[in-house]
Amino acid sequence: MIRTGASKARTIAIALAASACLTAPALAQQKWEPSKPVTLVIPAGTGGGADQMARFIQGVVQKHSLMKQPLIVINKAGGAGAEGFLEMKASANDPHKITITLSNVFTTPLGTGSPFNWKDMKPVAMLALDQFILWTNSEKPYKTTKDYVEAVKAGEDRQFKMGGTGSKQEDQIVTAAVEQQTGGKKFTYVPYAGGGQVAVQLVGNHVDSTVNNPIEAVGQWRAGQLRPLCIFDAQRSTYTAKVTEKEAWSDIPTCKESGLPVEYQMLRGIFTTKNAKPEQVAFYVDLLKKVMATPDWKEFMEKGAFNQTFMTGPDFEKWLTTAEALHSDLMKKAGFLATQ
Amino acid sequence: MDELNALFGGFAVALSAYHILLMVIGITLGVVIGVLPGLGGANGVAILLPLTFTMPPTSAIILLTSIYWGALFGGAITSILFNIPGEPWSVATTFDGHPMAQNGKADEALVGAFTASFVGAIFAVCLITFLAPVVAKFALKFGPAEFFAVQFLTFASFIGMGRGSPFKTIASMCLGFALASVGLDGVTGTLRMTFGQDELLNGFKFLVAVIGLFGIGEILCSMEDGLKFNGAAAKLRMDAVIRTWKQLPAMSMTFLRSCIVGCWMGITPGGATPASFMGYGIAKRLSKRGDNFGKGELEGVVAPETAAHAAGTSALLPMLTLGIPGSPTAAVLLGGLLIWGLQPGPLLFVEQKDFVWGLIASMYLGNVVGLVMVLTCVPFFAAILRVPFSIIAPAIVFVCAIGAFTVNNAMFDVWMMLVFGVLGYLFNKLRYPLPPLVLALVLGDQAESSFRQAMLVSQGNVGVFWSNWLCGGIMTLGLLMAFWPALQALRTKLSSNDAVARAA
Repeated sequence: MIRTGASKARTIAIALAASACLTAPALAQQKWEPSKPVTLVIPAGTGGGADQMARFIQGVVQKHSLMKQPLIVINKAGGAGAEGFLEMKASANDPHKITITLSNVFTTPLGTGSPFNWKDMKPVAMLALDQFILWTNSEKPYKTTKDYVEAVKAGEDRQFKMGGTGSKQEDQIVTAAVEQQTGGKKFTYVPYAGGGQVAVQLVGNHVDSTVNNPIEAVGQWRAGQLRPLCIFDAQRSTYTAKVTEKEAWSDIPTCKESGLPVEYQMLRGIFTTKNAKPEQVAFYVDLLKKVMATPDWKEFMEKGAFNQTFMTGPDFEKWLTTAEALHSDLMKKAGFLATQ
Repeated sequence: MDELNALFGGFAVALSAYHILLMVIGITLGVVIGVLPGLGGANGVAILLPLTFTMPPTSAIILLTSIYWGALFGGAITSILFNIPGEPWSVATTFDGHPMAQNGKADEALVGAFTASFVGAIFAVCLITFLAPVVAKFALKFGPAEFFAVQFLTFASFIGMGRGSPFKTIASMCLGFALASVGLDGVTGTLRMTFGQDELLNGFKFLVAVIGLFGIGEILCSMEDGLKFNGAAAKLRMDAVIRTWKQLPAMSMTFLRSCIVGCWMGITPGGATPASFMGYGIAKRLSKRGDNFGKGELEGVVAPETAAHAAGTSALLPMLTLGIPGSPTAAVLLGGLLIWGLQPGPLLFVEQKDFVWGLIASMYLGNVVGLVMVLTCVPFFAAILRVPFSIIAPAIVFVCAIGAFTVNNAMFDVWMMLVFGVLGYLFNKLRYPLPPLVLALVLGDQAESSFRQAMLVSQGNVGVFWSNWLCGGIMTLGLLMAFWPALQALRTKLSSNDAVARAA
C-alpha cells in the first residue's frame, strides 16, 4: 500500500513538473507550435541504437500526448547517414524537421567527403551520451582488461579480431585508439552491418572482442555469454542496480583505471534545420524535457546504461566544436579521412 | 514435454476474443500492405508500432505479427495476377504464378500459394516450439565464411534456370551485381559509383527495381499486345480450393525441401527473399516436372511460397533468442520489444515465459485465421482480372509509383522505377532473363560483404571456405549445383556416344 501511495505521489510530482515546464517558457517568450506533422529523420537503418531511441521518443510523445501534431519517424540511412543529413541541409527553412544523431554527424563527412557539417543544422539538445564497452567471450580466459591487452601484445600482429558496426565509424575509431596502447600490435577490424549482429558474432567466437554499446550486448551479458572488461568513460557508470546476478553497470571498471587510457562516448543529440528561429528551438527543447521527465525515459536510460548529460544552447555548441576537433584528430591519426 | 505444457499455457493467453479480433485486424492490414508494392511488411509494422505502446506486450506483438503474416500472404496476390511482386520474397512466385493466371488458372495459383505459405509457416513454428534452444546454438556457428557459403549456394542453385543462352543469364546477373555495388561500401566505408550524385548515396533499392522491371515492364508489354490481360476471360469456379488441394499431396517432397530450405535461411539469417529463390531453384532442379517450370506449373508456385513463409516465420527465432533480426520486419519488431520493456536475448525464454509462449501460440492461431481469411477471398481476388485493362493499368501504375516513393520517401525513386520499367520491357523483347538480375541485386552486396569479411578474418586465404565441415560442406554442395547442368550434359553426351558406339 505504501509503495502504491509513493508511486502515485511521484506521478503527481512528475505531472506538476511537466506542467511547470509547459507554462514557464510560454510566459518568457512568444510561443511557437508546429502547424503540421513533425518529421524525425533517422540517419541510420532500422533496429540500430539511434533508430531505437527515435522510435522510443515517438512512442513516449504519443503515449503521453506531448504534442498536438503527430511525430513521424523516417529512416534515411544511405551513405552512412549522409542521405539524412543532406536532407536536413536542403530543408534549411522548414522547422518541422528534426534529426537524431550518432557519431556519424562527424565521421560521415570526414570519412566519405559528403558535403555537410553539423553547422548546417541547428543544435537543439544533447539527450545523452552512449557508452562503449570492451567485450570478450566469457569462455575465453581474459578476466581483466590487462589480461586481454597483454594477450594482444604477445600475439602476432593482426592475430586478434575486433568486430564492429560499419567502417571508419565510431567502433573502428575506438579500435584505432585502443591500438595505440597495444605496443604496435594491430587488430584485424571486421565490419558488420549492425550492433546486434556484432554481439552474436562474438558469442559465436568469430571475433575476439567488440566495443558494443551497452544496450547491444546486455542480453548476452546477462546470459553469461559475454564478459565486459572495461567502459570507455572517465568515470564508472552511475547505475548500481544489479544487471546480472552478481554485477551492476557500476561494477565495470573504466578502461583508464584498468591501464588502457582511452575515452570515447557517442552523442545522442537532436538537431533541427539551420534557419529555425529561437522560439522554434525552444519548443523542441521543451518537448524533449517533457519526454525526459517520463518514467519510461528513465527506465530506457538505465537499460542502456546511458550517460545522462543534458545540454542545450551555447554549452551544446561548444561541446560539438570540441567533439568535431577530437574526431578529426582521431580519424587523421588512423588514416580514415576521405582526403587521405 | 515441458514445451507442450508451456504451449498450452500460451494458447490460454492467445485465445481470447480480444486477441482473435486483433489477429483479424492485423491480417487484413497485412494483406493490404502486402498487396501494395513498396509498402512492405517492415514499413507497415513500423508505422503501426507507436499505436501499440499503450497495449500489453502480448497483445501488441500479436497485432504486429499478424500484420507480418498478412503481408507474407498478401505478397503473392499481385505477383500472380499482374506479375508485380508486392514483396521482395514474392518475386519467385511470379515465375510460374503469372503464367498460371495467363492460362486462366489464377484461382488455383492463389490457393496453391496461400496453402503453401501456411504449410511453410506451421513447419517453422513447430521448429520454434520444440527446437528453439538447439536451433539458436546452430545459428551461432555462422561467421562470415559460412554466410558467404550460403549465399554462394543460393546463386549456384539458380544457375541454369533461365532458358536460352547462358551468356545472357551471366550478362543479366553481372548487371545486377553492378547495380548492387552502387552506394556506400560497407567494408571500406567509402562511396562507390555515385559520381557525386546525392540521389545515388542510397544505391539502387531492390524494391524500386523490382516494381519497375516487373510491374511497369509488364504493363508496357501488355499495352503492345493490345490492351488486354491474357486469361482475363477465365471462368470463376467456386471449387478452386478442393481442385487445388487434390493436386498438392503429389508435391509432398517439394513441400518438405522448401520447408527445410526456408527454415534454414530464416534462422541463419539469410531472409525470406533468398529462401524463395533457392526453394524455386531446387524444386526446378529436382522435380519430375522441372522442365515445365516457368510455363505455369503449380509446383513452381508452391516451392518458393513455402520457403518464403517458412523463412519469414523462423526469422523471428534469432530475434527472440539472440537479439538479432532475421529480416527487416523482425528488426522493427525488435525495437518494439525494447520499448515494451522486454530485453530480447538468451534470457527472454526464461524470464518472459507468458510473452514468449503467448507469441508462439499466436503464430499457430494467426496463420490458421490468416489462411481461412485469404482462402475465402480467392474468388474476389481472381475477379480483379475481369476489370478491363484500360481501367486497371493506370491504377497499377499509380500504385507502383506510390510504392516506389514509399521505399525511401524520394521522388527520384519514382523516376528510377520508370527507367527500370523500360529496361524490363527491353529485357523482355531481347529475351534476357530478369531473375538473375533481381537475385544479384538483392543478394549481391550481402555476398560481397560476407566474402570480404571472410577474407579479412583469414588474411586473404581462400581456404577459409573449407576450414570446417559446415562451411566446406555448403561450398562443395554449391559447386556441385553450379556445375550440375554441365555434368548432366556431359553424362548424356557420354551415354549417347556409348549408344552410338554400341550401335556401330
